[in-house]
Amino acid sequence: MLPLALALAFALWLLLLVLTTTAHAAGSAPTAAADPALEKRVMAVAVELRCLVCQNQTIADSDAALAVDLRNQVRTMLREGKDEREVLDYMTARYGEFVLYRPPVKNSTLLLWFGPPLLLGGALLTLWLVLRGRSRMPASEFEADDDDDDEMAAAEAPPRQEAR
Amino acid sequence: MKRWQFLAPLAGFVVLLGFLGVGLGLDPREVPSPLIGKPAPEFSLPRLDDLTSPMSKQDLAGKVWVLNVFASWCVPCREEHPLLMDLARRSPVTIVGLNYKDKPSDAIAWLGRYGNPYTATASDLQGLVGIDYGVYGVPETFVIDRQGLVRFKHVGPLTPQVLRERIEPLLKELNA
Repeated sequence: MLPLALALAFALWLLLLVLTTTAHAAGSAPTAAADPALEKRVMAVAVELRCLVCQNQTIADSDAALAVDLRNQVRTMLREGKDEREVLDYMTARYGEFVLYRPPVKNSTLLLWFGPPLLLGGALLTLWLVLRGRSRMPASEFEADDDDDDEMAAAEAPPRQEAR
Repeated sequence: MKRWQFLAPLAGFVVLLGFLGVGLGLDPREVPSPLIGKPAPEFSLPRLDDLTSPMSKQDLAGKVWVLNVFASWCVPCREEHPLLMDLARRSPVTIVGLNYKDKPSDAIAWLGRYGNPYTATASDLQGLVGIDYGVYGVPETFVIDRQGLVRFKHVGPLTPQVLRERIEPLLKELNA
């Protein structure tokens, strides 16, 4: 009896899971069903464009109204036979380079692209030079800490004896 | 250790403070317009007061004009509205409204209720003209000169400071 009940419960859960996920998918993609090949191309371009409302997302990811409008514009342009370069140029002419999700590598963005690796490299280099410098210093350059000295001296010295 | 080695971290900190001071004063969300100095995009849209009748950028040739992007559903538009009404009263400049992604009946009701500062209002139902102008939020305001070039764009609601320090001097200069 119990295994049957469990099996039925599992079947019901599975059914609900399938129904809810497919319902969600159907609701969000009525146009996708029309031409999946076109949609793939739209998304390929959309991931290169920044959503200016939710600025850390691409227009592929964002649900903002502007993102939907811009995706529609991308779709229209691709349908008209434009290529990805033309779509990106169109958006850049209207919104500026910030709309490109990946900042182009040019003089004004060199610091953005290469700054962090340069800083990291510089920090590692400094660390290496300092450590190497220290490994070459004679032992006399190093002072033992005063605190440790007293404790160690006290620990190692023979226990005091009463003078006889 | 020599003195300079003590001061190096302090110097680094001061440099960092400098960057922070400048950076925190900037708005990272503001997207500068690539249209400044370029021709304002051509458009032809239905007039809000008569949807069968079109208006276009050509109608404004030779004039200095202000384009204000607004919508009845936009809360900050409500905030800047009195400033636009005031500008319309004080200045001879032509103010054109771009009703962005709005129902014409809602927009007409909104203007009827709060006042209409616009010489003419265009109905941009789908926001396509908005895309041409690089609109990414509402409200936005543009100043366009006699040659049809975009000279200034303000993102967000107008403030008395922006009007006083940026827009009005520019209008004076363009009208001269």
